Amino acid sequence: MKIGALKEISTGEQRVALTPESALQLQKLGHDCVVQKGAGVAAGFSDAQYKAVGVEVAATAAALTKACDVIVKVRPPSEVELKRLSPEKTLISFFYPGANADLMELAKSKGASVIAMDMVPRISRAQKMDALSSMANIAGYRAVIEAGNNFGRFFTGQVTAAGKVPPAKVLVVGAGVAGLAAIGTSTSLGAITYAFDVRPEVAEQVESMGAEFVFLDFSEEQADGAATGGYAAVSSPEFAAAQLAKFREIAPDMDIVITTALIPNREAPELWTADMVASMKPGSVIIDLAAEKGGNCKLTVMDERIVTDNGVIIIGYTDFPSRMAAQASTLYANNIRHMLFDLTPEKDGVVVHDMEDDVIRGATIAHAGEITFPPPPPKIQAIAAKPKEKVPEKTAEEKRAEEVQAFKKQTQNQFALLAIGGALLFLVGSYAPASFMQHFIVFVLSVFVGFQVIWNVSHALHTPLMAVTNAISSIIILGAVLQVGSTSLLVIILAGIAVFFAGINIFGGFLVTRRMLAMFQKS
Amino acid sequence: MEMGFTTAVYVVAAILFILSLGGLSGQESAKRAVWYGIVGMALAVTATLFGPGFGLWGLSLVLIAAGGVIGYQLASKVEMTQMPELVAGMHALVGLAAVFVGFNTHFELVNVAAMDESARKSLEGFAALLAKKTSVEINILRVETSLGIWIGAVTFTGSVIAYGKLAGKVNSAATKLPGGHVLNAVAALVSLGALIWYLNTGALTPMMILTLMALFIGYHLIMGIGGADMPVVVSMLNSYSGWAAAAIGFSLGNDLLIVVGALVGSSGAILSYIMCKAMNRSFVSVILGGFGGTAGPQMAVEGEQIAIEADGVATALNEADSVIIIPGYGMAVAQAQQSVSELVRKLRAKGKNVRFAIHPVAGRLPGHMNVLLAEAKVPYDIVMEMDEINDDFPDTDVAIVIGSNDIVNPAAQDDPNSPIAGMPVLECWKAKQVFVSKRGQGTGYSGIENPLFFKENTRMFYGDAKASLDKLLPMIE
Repeated sequence: MKIGALKEISTGEQRVALTPESALQLQKLGHDCVVQKGAGVAAGFSDAQYKAVGVEVAATAAALTKACDVIVKVRPPSEVELKRLSPEKTLISFFYPGANADLMELAKSKGASVIAMDMVPRISRAQKMDALSSMANIAGYRAVIEAGNNFGRFFTGQVTAAGKVPPAKVLVVGAGVAGLAAIGTSTSLGAITYAFDVRPEVAEQVESMGAEFVFLDFSEEQADGAATGGYAAVSSPEFAAAQLAKFREIAPDMDIVITTALIPNREAPELWTADMVASMKPGSVIIDLAAEKGGNCKLTVMDERIVTDNGVIIIGYTDFPSRMAAQASTLYANNIRHMLFDLTPEKDGVVVHDMEDDVIRGATIAHAGEITFPPPPPKIQAIAAKPKEKVPEKTAEEKRAEEVQAFKKQTQNQFALLAIGGALLFLVGSYAPASFMQHFIVFVLSVFVGFQVIWNVSHALHTPLMAVTNAISSIIILGAVLQVGSTSLLVIILAGIAVFFAGINIFGGFLVTRRMLAMFQKS
Repeated sequence: MEMGFTTAVYVVAAILFILSLGGLSGQESAKRAVWYGIVGMALAVTATLFGPGFGLWGLSLVLIAAGGVIGYQLASKVEMTQMPELVAGMHALVGLAAVFVGFNTHFELVNVAAMDESARKSLEGFAALLAKKTSVEINILRVETSLGIWIGAVTFTGSVIAYGKLAGKVNSAATKLPGGHVLNAVAALVSLGALIWYLNTGALTPMMILTLMALFIGYHLIMGIGGADMPVVVSMLNSYSGWAAAAIGFSLGNDLLIVVGALVGSSGAILSYIMCKAMNRSFVSVILGGFGGTAGPQMAVEGEQIAIEADGVATALNEADSVIIIPGYGMAVAQAQQSVSELVRKLRAKGKNVRFAIHPVAGRLPGHMNVLLAEAKVPYDIVMEMDEINDDFPDTDVAIVIGSNDIVNPAAQDDPNSPIAGMPVLECWKAKQVFVSKRGQGTGYSGIENPLFFKENTRMFYGDAKASLDKLLPMIE
């Protein structure tokens, strides 16, 4: 089938949904690729680069839509773009169906299938096509870079000949994908990074990225993140108050604040109030990644950089991924490619829109003249594993009692074994003749010595142990040698063969053991 | 030489043997310990050759020398990957020798019994010893001899089959004749009957029946055990060869044989125990073959196996600070240990912390992986046991699984219904990234799906282990 990438028409949008690299991969699935003239230029992919990998270049959007079966783009489609669709055509792009009901109606009336990249369910299998995450990752990185651009000092602390530079202190609010990316970027630039999230279970992830988790003095159980598909839920008023109090306390110390707190389908919660901004030092920077949904700071102006009266810079850009168009296009094109991979199960260039598949079903919002949004809950639920029930710490006395118990049990076991063993020996001794008992004692003692000695053998030397026991078990040669002197020819022959075999074993066993042991070298 | 002198030498030899086994507690002391064993064996054989009641020592020397030449050839030519076969083959020889010595005892007993009083007095050596026995002692002797022959015969056929399976000459899947373990039980009962018959008559026929039954049990028992359980089987046969020697020692009244037999027997028994423990299975269930039944449906594995090419692995390795490699039987099959060693050398030269994690049942022989790595000149102090290294995985950047499967299966911990639930496993999935070198998508020997392959931080590096690594090597710099 033909897959075509449209040129983005929103102002300032620089991304493109198909890169030369992803086109190559799609061709391997048996598809043909088309790109609209100049679609990749803003992201750094020239038409010539596309042509070089066998991608056709269409002159206009209308021609491309007409020629292709699957149309891919980044931003939600415009009405004009949707009107060009017809049944049998599939559109793959961001859509935000919750906010774009009339566009969805239009898609339905056209009978086309629409796959919304922002509706890909959050399950492990679908991570590779989770465009929201890949874009959030870029946003988080770019937020720190943008902050650095506006921040007049170093991130990392330095002691130079010209004087001492204190490290910057960065607070990241919301440790989702964007937040974690911001934390990683900020720590690697050398800033002292703090992070906060309403889901205490992410504290471990935060700390693994090298940031310090800001804990609240608050004991109420938080909603389990796993139940809400990994997103944060609305917090209780008491919790919100405790959270604001904590922020107020640390606000004067922070040089850079990056807020990423979003709750699905809601206005962004206000986390950074005007009085906190007022308490910050001049030159401090606030990056509000929630600007599109009203902002975590109410002073934020969407898509603008403002400076407050006390010299704090607040940035409300909403196009961070587009500001890194080459990287964003590469990742987004890969998300699209993975989606098409799942849509082409036979790798034969035939798109199969399998509405039984959880991922495809979840992302499809219009199909065969029907609106299929919202999707039914996916069959597989699980993103974050439920926190395990904590085993209560044992007190010192309990531990002590357990040890005593274990010791007693061990002693009992040993006594029991000794008693049984002794009784058996006694039993044998009272019936067997003395000559047998002599040998029997030797046997029992040897088994005992054997057990004591072998437990200490290092695991690494088990193969040499087997080879050497093999060699010494040919001690059976003694028996054969004693019998060779017999008067009976049959006995001599059998004993001779036994001597011969044992001979092979003795030499073979010891030699191979030596060979092996010589190989063990210390570094 | 006098009897007293021979006994003294035997005591020295016994002590040397004990030291020889005890010395295997460390790699350096082991190199000395093997000499104790050699000297002990030399002393014991010499003392017996020139001891009282011995004739035809020329013939014995020639036979030992001939055996020695063959043994030398075998030992110097064998590949380290073939160690399991060699060990199994050598067990077979010990078993067969025990059977022959046992039969000789029987023949001598018959000869002596047929002689009159004056002829008995003129006897020498082993026969003289027999002549002095009372009737109770003779009965005990018969039990000991039968036991020696029986264990020896089981060891013989068992080891031959084990050899065949390990060398790939016999299908390594578990196969049983119709009737299964009932056949073994019947054979064991018939053996017991034959023993009683033999005790009453002292005739050759029951002895032959007993031997045939034992040969059958050895064959059938090992045929019914699959390839991955071979570490237990080989150490079990090792144990048997020791017990056979001990039983023969009893019948010959030779204390050194008893001592050494008991040492070897307990050594093999402990090894079997350790192997069973490492698979969380009882000894009986291994012997009865196959994996135990499951308690319920296994957890469905969600996700997909994501493949990766050599350049991806190389990038990750170049960036990693700490690497843990988990080798398995697949590495031995692909003969990849040299490539692994070269990879480790390159990574270590760049100052990375590279270590190996060895599961107790990795490979087909206890300690198999250690020997293979040692052969490829991997220093032994970076080769760790499971307990030593399992806690380090969360701090590890890259874990590489080469040709192992069940020993890295998280289902053992997560899924109570899995057939291997409870088996201790290497927790490699806790590393930041896991690469699995594997031939294809199939399940391992046990046929259990491995959720590790579907984890988000796991990438599948498909292909023959050696070819894959050789492709990877030039990209590491």
